[in-house]
Amino acid sequence: MANIKSVSKKTKAQAMGMHTEVLTGRTQQKFFNPDEAENFYYFGTHDVDFNKRTDLDVKDMSAAEANKEIDNLMSQGYGTIVIKNPQGKHSLGVGILNKLNLIFEGSLGYFGMGSCDGPIVRINGRVGWSCAENLMAGKVVIEKNAGSCFGAAIRGGDLICKGSVGARTGIDMKGGTIIIGGDAGAFTGFMMQRGRIIILGDVGINLGDSMYDGTIFVGGEIGSYGSDAVDSDLTKSDQDWLKRKLKVAEIGENFDVSKMKKIVAGKKLWNYDNLEPTEKKGAI
Amino acid sequence: MCGIAGLIHRGKSSKVGHELQGMLQALKHRGEDSTGYALYGDTDGKNFIMRFKVGENVGEGSTSVAEDVSVYDERKKIVDSYLNEMGAKIIKEERILPYSLRYEIEYNKKDLLEFSQKIESIPGVEILSMGKSLEVIKDLGNAKMVCDRYNLDKLVGTHAIGHARMATESGVDIKSAHPFWGYPFSDVSVVHNGQLTNYWNNRRALENKGMRFMSECDSELIAVYLAEKMRDGASLEEGMRESLTGLDGVFTYFVATKDSLGMAKDTMAAKPLVLYESDDLVAMGSEEIAIRSILPQEIDTYDPFDGEVKVWQI
Repeated sequence: MANIKSVSKKTKAQAMGMHTEVLTGRTQQKFFNPDEAENFYYFGTHDVDFNKRTDLDVKDMSAAEANKEIDNLMSQGYGTIVIKNPQGKHSLGVGILNKLNLIFEGSLGYFGMGSCDGPIVRINGRVGWSCAENLMAGKVVIEKNAGSCFGAAIRGGDLICKGSVGARTGIDMKGGTIIIGGDAGAFTGFMMQRGRIIILGDVGINLGDSMYDGTIFVGGEIGSYGSDAVDSDLTKSDQDWLKRKLKVAEIGENFDVSKMKKIVAGKKLWNYDNLEPTEKKGAI
Repeated sequence: MCGIAGLIHRGKSSKVGHELQGMLQALKHRGEDSTGYALYGDTDGKNFIMRFKVGENVGEGSTSVAEDVSVYDERKKIVDSYLNEMGAKIIKEERILPYSLRYEIEYNKKDLLEFSQKIESIPGVEILSMGKSLEVIKDLGNAKMVCDRYNLDKLVGTHAIGHARMATESGVDIKSAHPFWGYPFSDVSVVHNGQLTNYWNNRRALENKGMRFMSECDSELIAVYLAEKMRDGASLEEGMRESLTGLDGVFTYFVATKDSLGMAKDTMAAKPLVLYESDDLVAMGSEEIAIRSILPQEIDTYDPFDGEVKVWQI
């Protein structure tokens, strides 16, 4: 298991509040060697051409059939796929591991775009619970509202909802960025470990409850703070990053980021000081 | 995991039986041990409609004990005689299934407590609903099976709530199925998705206040809890708001009265709900696909937030 310790010299990412810990010792981390690129094969991926475009009507398909057809189209090199009539079906667009321009003309049900790594997705509708769960990389934009557990456990990429989202947004997230144009529900950032959440509107109770690390920016009112979530100073670096991110996300471009609140982990709950479990109770 | 669905038409009537059947059938993967409907039909409002059962469905999957049909006949006779004793006149009588009946009754007293207590003093008899518009129909099986069995497809009304049940903490039987009637209040019904963790504490307290429980299903507590609040003078919405702190656990529930439909979501927002609202229709369900069954076109929906209570009028 990796050792975790605080360091005095901060990287740029740490200075911006993305994370504060450093992993040392033996890990499972592997480094990509460009010289061996020809030997690298990412199972389940396809080389696609963004200029090759097609429509797919999934009205009379099950989610499994629709996903299989998306995979089939990608294997034929289609790089832009427009999905017609998703009609709130669950689990659409899951497990896409390559670059792809995917557009949904309608709303998704639960678990849409789960476990993806790389696609650029636009959903011209709303999404149900657990959208983009475990997203590794890419960008998912939702034009309307989203349900609870939005971006649960994402590790990277940008997840953008232009409307409001439900409870437990960014629960257990380990990286990446979640941007919300409207309001967010209770327990936003619950147990988040890394990454950043931006909420332009209000947020519900227990914000950042039991968060280990990462940063939450809130533009509106906060219902209440969760255990170990504390305010932090909004730096110039934060503001620059927020402006850039909102511009790229095509959301809140004229929003006054200087008035946003920055929330980070107080680090009282997590064993940063090598406390024994019984001692930790005292620390809380 | 259970599924709930509800809809209310504002300013018009529709085939709510058919619509709710479609919504609940779309949620059948959330549970099909039993399905229940609370339908608010168009009536002249003069007479009461009493839906009641004189036995249980003992079909496949049921946890009930089989009884001879002659026992049902005997119970029905006693119900008829009690109604006569209390001055209630049966205008129309339908025996839909051997154990399930629908009576249209002329009864002029407003207090239904004494009435209900008398009828339910007969062992094995339970009033599923009593109202001038409300009809609660619940039985084992999925939404389509129950709809077909009770001919609900053609029922015209203004609003309805329903429940597709996966039995977890009580038996697979009609008495544990939702919706629950808000006994002894005319035309009040409740469906619930979730678990209540202070069920027994609340139940004991409410029983000490004279309230009645017919099952051991935690969801029944919501109907009884709200009925007790209304008995003490609270409005439906006030009772629902109090329930957010009075009830412990995770829940999303719907309540309907003769002219309104309400929803409440616990303070942790642990149970799902998707809501569609327009000028003439409100439709909501545990999943968007329930709403899509009646509104296939692209629509704007949203998830109500934690601790939210909403009530709509017809």
